[in-house]
Amino acid sequence: MSGKLNLMGKTLFDKIWECHIVKEIEEGPSVLYIDRHYIHEVTSPQAFRSLEEKNIPVFRPHQVWATADHNIPTQDQHLPIKDTLSAQQVQLLTENCRKHNIKLMGIGHPFNGIVHVIGPELGITQPGMTIVCGDSHTSTHGAFGCLAFGIGTSEVEMVLATQCLLQHRPKIMRIQIDGQLQPGVLSKDIILYLIARLSTNGATGYFIEFAGDTIRNLSMEARMTICNMSIEMGARGGLIAPDETTFTYLRNREFLSDEEWEKQLPIWKTLYSDPAASFDKEIRINAADISPMITYGTNPGMGVGIGDKIPLLKDVEASAQKDYRHALAYMGLNEGQAMNGLHIDYVFIGSCTNARIEDLRIVADFIKGKKKSEHVTAWIVPGSKQVAEQAEQEGIGTILRDAGFQLRQPGCSACLAMNEDKIPEGKYCVSTSNRNFEGRQGINARTILASPLTAAAAAITGHICDARMLL
Amino acid sequence: MTSKKLTNIISTAVPLPAENIDTDQIIPARFLKATHREGFGNHLFYDWRYNNKGALNPDCILNQPAWSGRILIAGKNFGCGSSREHAAWAIKDYGFDVIICSFFADIFRNNALNNFLLPLQVSEEVVQQLLQTVTAYPSLILEIDMAQTLLSVRELNLHLPFPMNSYKKSCFLNGHDDLAYLLSIKEEIKNFERNRPVYK
Repeated sequence: MSGKLNLMGKTLFDKIWECHIVKEIEEGPSVLYIDRHYIHEVTSPQAFRSLEEKNIPVFRPHQVWATADHNIPTQDQHLPIKDTLSAQQVQLLTENCRKHNIKLMGIGHPFNGIVHVIGPELGITQPGMTIVCGDSHTSTHGAFGCLAFGIGTSEVEMVLATQCLLQHRPKIMRIQIDGQLQPGVLSKDIILYLIARLSTNGATGYFIEFAGDTIRNLSMEARMTICNMSIEMGARGGLIAPDETTFTYLRNREFLSDEEWEKQLPIWKTLYSDPAASFDKEIRINAADISPMITYGTNPGMGVGIGDKIPLLKDVEASAQKDYRHALAYMGLNEGQAMNGLHIDYVFIGSCTNARIEDLRIVADFIKGKKKSEHVTAWIVPGSKQVAEQAEQEGIGTILRDAGFQLRQPGCSACLAMNEDKIPEGKYCVSTSNRNFEGRQGINARTILASPLTAAAAAITGHICDARMLL
Repeated sequence: MTSKKLTNIISTAVPLPAENIDTDQIIPARFLKATHREGFGNHLFYDWRYNNKGALNPDCILNQPAWSGRILIAGKNFGCGSSREHAAWAIKDYGFDVIICSFFADIFRNNALNNFLLPLQVSEEVVQQLLQTVTAYPSLILEIDMAQTLLSVRELNLHLPFPMNSYKKSCFLNGHDDLAYLLSIKEEIKNFERNRPVYK
């Protein structure tokens, strides 16, 4: 079916893909069945409207799960949303879910949060599933051994109407990472390192399987950070074979009963790439080569090790030099400049990349007993209500507030600045989010992507620094 | 509603040589709050077309009357970033029917196809040749024949087939969309649900 010889063994991707093919169109795409469909307020309204215009019902409402996350405020969530257009989108989501009998974990709901944080933490995301959402970071769920990818609104409509999509089988790349990470190097650094190496389009057309003992030794939270940003190298998605870490994580989750867990376990255990499986491309990385990473430019591939300098123009490919100059001008930085020591104004710890409990713990452990630099505004936005609650229970909330951080309510927040959480023009923000595109965090805002540890260190010192020196 | 069906296009083009044009540039997130598909063209490339006081930026090629048309030619990896279909809606609504590029970001390509906006892929060499020629001669006419999946530029003596699978080609020529196809096989989908295969 995949064109691969069975004798050679199958990749994890192919095992899942083949089990979800309803049929194949001659000289065309395949019809792929979708197990889980997450929706949110920004990319679903037009899909529902279009279905209603055509009088088409939602086919499998119990396979659809909704949250409000992209445009919601992160303060005073108990009050009506001030921004009229945002309020309308959230209201429309509520109405659409009610009309079509879709489970909504909207603003104020105890399970509310960023779609890619709550799906896993509630046990809705499970190994071997196909999962889609009108959001590119749906790749996050691949950490559980899923085929998870972002789709557009027309595709949201298709899945609502038929629980299927037309897809071409992508090529498969394996990135194998082995060895011991240096202390202070987090999974965010691994993925920023990979994107810097492969570039922002180095995996276009591919699905990536992350493998190797470095990956095996990561927690689920850390694996999610890696799969989350696989889209930033152009990959359709990233996935990691489920193992004991995955199975343990999935125990006692709200929407996954013990009974179901027991029943699925033997099936989940068959989800791995066979030893003889062949990949369209293979890359091997030595974990020890990876330093804490920091970006200097306007795409996530423009990153260097924390102690390195911004590359010289002459070392950039000739065709890319014009864009490179433009990016550095936007960032107010110079070729050859060291990132270490750069004065910063804002720190944003949040987003579907790094707003899970483990991320908050890393920040709290580091800043405990310290104070943020006076000139820095530091926002920490938990990925979900459950993360926020757990942070309070563990005393993390107190540590953060004592250090001068603003602990906000859950949402996508300053990652894409659709709500009030915007970085002012020209200001530098060290952000644990996933994109440093021009204007992403506010008009002419300057985003510097980093791990939660590097971001926490910047908040304390007021400039870019190597957190390892302060450990 | 997006006009369906795309057959032959004969038009001038607008060159946009930047690489890795992401969907936040195509349409900034603050404009994603509308709940209809129409009208996003006003916000296409907003932060390039307008300065931060809302005045037209005369340096932006989209504000220069010499260049216009239904075809956009762009640097590689066009449409990377977010999955927002608003990017494809904005481009189509602004008046483009074709984007020529050496490769597109995956999700954007699907979004374009679902809106009968043709992501026309040619080699980087051809993209560079077209960018240079159109920049120097804005009146250059490009012709796209969908039935033959052929891009032609007579002045350059260029006649190039472009990739497009026969299913999608037929969608474009006949104005059919994926949703209509999927609805037509609903019984097969139900049958699949009743007999789910297991992993091997």
